[in-house]
Amino acid sequence: MTLDTVKNASETPDVALPWAALGLKEDEYLKIREILGRRPTGAELAMYSVMWSEHCSYKSSKVHLRQFGEKAPQSDAMLVGIGENAGVVDVGQGYAVTFKIESHNHPSYVEPYQGAATGVGGIVRDIISMGARPVAVMDPLRFGAPDHPDTKRVLPGVVAGIGGYGNCLGLPNIGGEVVFDACYQGNPLVNALAVGVMKHEDIHLAKASGAGNKVVLYGARTGGDGIGGASILASETFEGGTPTKRPAVQVGDPFQEKLLIECTLEAFRAKLVVGIQDLGAAGLSCATSELASNGSGGMRCDLDDVPLRDNTLTPEEILMSESQERMCAVVEPEKIEAFLAICEKWDVTATVIGEVTDGDRLEIFWHGEKIVDVDPRTVAHDGPVYERPYHRPSWQDALQADAPTAERLARPATGDELRAAVVALVGSVNQADKSWITSQYDRFVLGNTVLAMPEDSGMIRVDESTNLGVAIATDGNGRYTKLDPYTGSQLALAEAYRNVAATGAKPLAVSDCLNFGSPEDPEVMWQFAEATRGLADGCLELGTPVTGGNVSLYNQTGTQAIHPTPVVAVLGVIDDVTRRTPMAFAEEGQLVYLLGTTEDELGGSAWAQVAHDHLGGLPPKLDLDREKLLAEILIAASRDGMIDAAHDLSDGGLIQAAVESALKGGQGLRLIVPDGLDPFVFLFSESAGRAIVSVPRSEELRFTEMCGVRGLPATRIGVVDGDVVELQGQFTLPLAELREANTGVIEALLA
Amino acid sequence: MARVVVDVMLKPEILDPQGQAVQRALPRLGFEGIADVRQGKRFELEVEGPVDEAALARIHQAAETFLANTVIEDFVVRVEEGQ
Amino acid sequence: MTARVGVVTFPGSLDDRDALRAVKLAGAEPVALWHRDKDLHQVDAVVLPGGFSYGDYLRAGAISRFSPVMETIIEQAKGGMPVLGICNGFQVLTESHLLPGAMLRNNHLHFVCKDQKLRVENNTTAWTSDYAQGQEIMIPLKNMDGRFTADRRTIDELEAEGRVVFRYLDGNPNGSIDDIAGITNAAGNVVGLMPHPEHAVEPLIGTGGTDGTGFFTSILKRLVNA
Repeated sequence: MTLDTVKNASETPDVALPWAALGLKEDEYLKIREILGRRPTGAELAMYSVMWSEHCSYKSSKVHLRQFGEKAPQSDAMLVGIGENAGVVDVGQGYAVTFKIESHNHPSYVEPYQGAATGVGGIVRDIISMGARPVAVMDPLRFGAPDHPDTKRVLPGVVAGIGGYGNCLGLPNIGGEVVFDACYQGNPLVNALAVGVMKHEDIHLAKASGAGNKVVLYGARTGGDGIGGASILASETFEGGTPTKRPAVQVGDPFQEKLLIECTLEAFRAKLVVGIQDLGAAGLSCATSELASNGSGGMRCDLDDVPLRDNTLTPEEILMSESQERMCAVVEPEKIEAFLAICEKWDVTATVIGEVTDGDRLEIFWHGEKIVDVDPRTVAHDGPVYERPYHRPSWQDALQADAPTAERLARPATGDELRAAVVALVGSVNQADKSWITSQYDRFVLGNTVLAMPEDSGMIRVDESTNLGVAIATDGNGRYTKLDPYTGSQLALAEAYRNVAATGAKPLAVSDCLNFGSPEDPEVMWQFAEATRGLADGCLELGTPVTGGNVSLYNQTGTQAIHPTPVVAVLGVIDDVTRRTPMAFAEEGQLVYLLGTTEDELGGSAWAQVAHDHLGGLPPKLDLDREKLLAEILIAASRDGMIDAAHDLSDGGLIQAAVESALKGGQGLRLIVPDGLDPFVFLFSESAGRAIVSVPRSEELRFTEMCGVRGLPATRIGVVDGDVVELQGQFTLPLAELREANTGVIEALLA
Repeated sequence: MARVVVDVMLKPEILDPQGQAVQRALPRLGFEGIADVRQGKRFELEVEGPVDEAALARIHQAAETFLANTVIEDFVVRVEEGQ
Repeated sequence: MTARVGVVTFPGSLDDRDALRAVKLAGAEPVALWHRDKDLHQVDAVVLPGGFSYGDYLRAGAISRFSPVMETIIEQAKGGMPVLGICNGFQVLTESHLLPGAMLRNNHLHFVCKDQKLRVENNTTAWTSDYAQGQEIMIPLKNMDGRFTADRRTIDELEAEGRVVFRYLDGNPNGSIDDIAGITNAAGNVVGLMPHPEHAVEPLIGTGGTDGTGFFTSILKRLVNA
């Protein structure tokens, strides 16, 4: 086997390289040749191909994602913005919080347990590499049709994988979502969020500066994980035989990751780290090129020093390997001994594989020969950017015209019909209790969990002495977004924003995971363009900047794309977690108020899905000023003790939220339809900008006056009482019957 | 009753965190000279009737579709002798 | 004077900091102990915390049991030093044979995380004297391998000698024999249980109760009065 050195590449310009098999387009390959002024070596081609992939370069989405920067609202809270491993937000008292949401969709379909597990591992490493201690995770999940046999394979595996990894890592899982829809059948969405906390002075960035500083690779040994492409390179060009056997699935080792967390944080505390980068997609290719290009520019690495799990790996494969649980740190030479000692203390393998140089080249050696000699910026940042064509789908108008009006879709009218519709809704798989899933996640570990699912947002105490805390909620509604991508993504943002405020926290910042079909389909690309435009405009108006996130494209089977599904995470801060607002209506005699305005808005609603399997019309209208006002009221009411419980209204409408709060608190409700509203619309409409709250009688006047002065409609709709949910003059539903309908649904599905 | 044993092991190229943790612990307990450890599963199937080719084929199918996850695991089916 | 209570960190321990916090909230002095260090730094009692030490690889607690710190703990526990094993710590205690029995995978094969009601069956141990005999308490439970098992003779012996310290109420969450949630050795100084009292020491956090505080006040009183 001949080694394709830089020298060899210069001397043999005409050797054909398998650029197409590595996923590069011809013009991309020609651009690489132009950048280098020669043909790339096999190793260089490996690096460019993986770093210029859709996944790493965001080449289809970049032109649209720029809006998150261009339209970013002025925010004093932003300490580190888009572009780093994760954004960092100031939450006061010298604390900074970093959070990010990412997708691990396709791997979770191939091997649900390991795919979901390694998704948790990857996002947690992003958080560690900012210098933060991870404090919680969340997992928004979307599966195919509940009754499809493959859902029985994917769902339990994904849930066990998230639990198996996160529980073993010692991170509380405090929220997320579980949604079923046939559109996700071959493309389940497994999104993972992690949040970490640090002091301002502990923020670390991915950069390698200071000539002579050492590059240390530490964590798991490198195996042949996730390198299908590089194997083609190795076999076809350099060995001529069959491809080496390489694993299609990466296995996560949460124990190794736990050691990596403790070891990295101890090195940070001892001030031993100049720059740091986790190894995820594109492995060492990504870590070396990003560290070098974000620093002074020069780096030299020796691949012979990389600890291997499989010593048959070629240098191209080592560069592309996506073996999990690895990190790369830049350390000053005089501190290297102390750094390695900390790794040894935690039983973590650590090896110096190179150093920062004076120059501006990334040079990589194998057996003493130079096999990579590139400007690292061209690998990491100068990837192709596409202006993909897009146009409004031909079917969009017909879809929007198919509105769920009373004439088109039969609505329940009598008390008995309404009662049956309520039971059907709360017992439907998307609205049912999810504790079969969430009870497989540890929500207690670390001893700072103030709120966890099914609360509106997860809440974590940041400081034990001051009770400072953060709250996070994730939301997305593919049905709304399909009907109107611009409004749909804003509704996801508004819902997460509202959920954070409902628990008493002030929304500060956003991370997003944009799950879509193929960007090569102009209609999908239109959905993407509209959704990003909506999200950027919404963030600007709400004053919550996007700090980072992830794009997952090609979620489609054949020509059938998933519903466009932007999942939005909102992070908020609460000065005193003892003032948090839970969702449970637990105090008999308290008054129930509906905040906001209810209109006949059932397009994309849960009722339309459950009762008629219908998706059409327009999603609810959105008034972002109203959302801001509602949030301010909810936060003020929490701070000043005017409300004891709050629950946002979203899919399923008022009755879904009311039943959830009643069941959680173990108390019944007597509800009255407000004047001028149709009972059906009152119960099932999904108008945005609404919440229900439970108000102690002693606070009623103060609370309603505040709402009146601020101009937020607040309607008294009932009282917490007894052990039934009653809609006056219409129906009575015992809590026991509601609980029976609402629980055990997921278990029954999987049985 | 005859016994058929199915041994399930992670494929050689798949990371085995359990085996690695055991391997690292061995020298600490004074067991030197072990270069590698991989941990697997063993299933013992008590077969009713004769273990003929058809029975073995059925067991092979069970191993392939159920006992092993062939995305990440290999398996070996063998008849336990001496019963 | 106050008491020094050590909490061991093994690689993969997760609830070590929570246990240190619980010790401190009870008024004792928390001391972090490291698995590689044989020296117990003059602690008066030791907590083996929850988590997945060594990833629970091989068997839960099986590798930690051989760490240097355990040599000293096993020796001193036999001499009467109070030791509390929580969840993974309980698994380490059974692997060390300081307590009888073993833990198997939950009978439903899933990790389970829930608020669990327990009955205190023995309030004479070093770690339970602040509870009333028969008191019912709510303590978080979270584990994968929590199904306590032992041969019938051992179980009969534990029952006869009053060494079952905690029993699950309102449903058995993992299939453990006789609903056993925690046990003690004959001398009453070594106690192990699957639920996590360190997660029930602050009104706002976790289950929202403080039913777990009694473990840590019990040991403090005993040590201070000794």
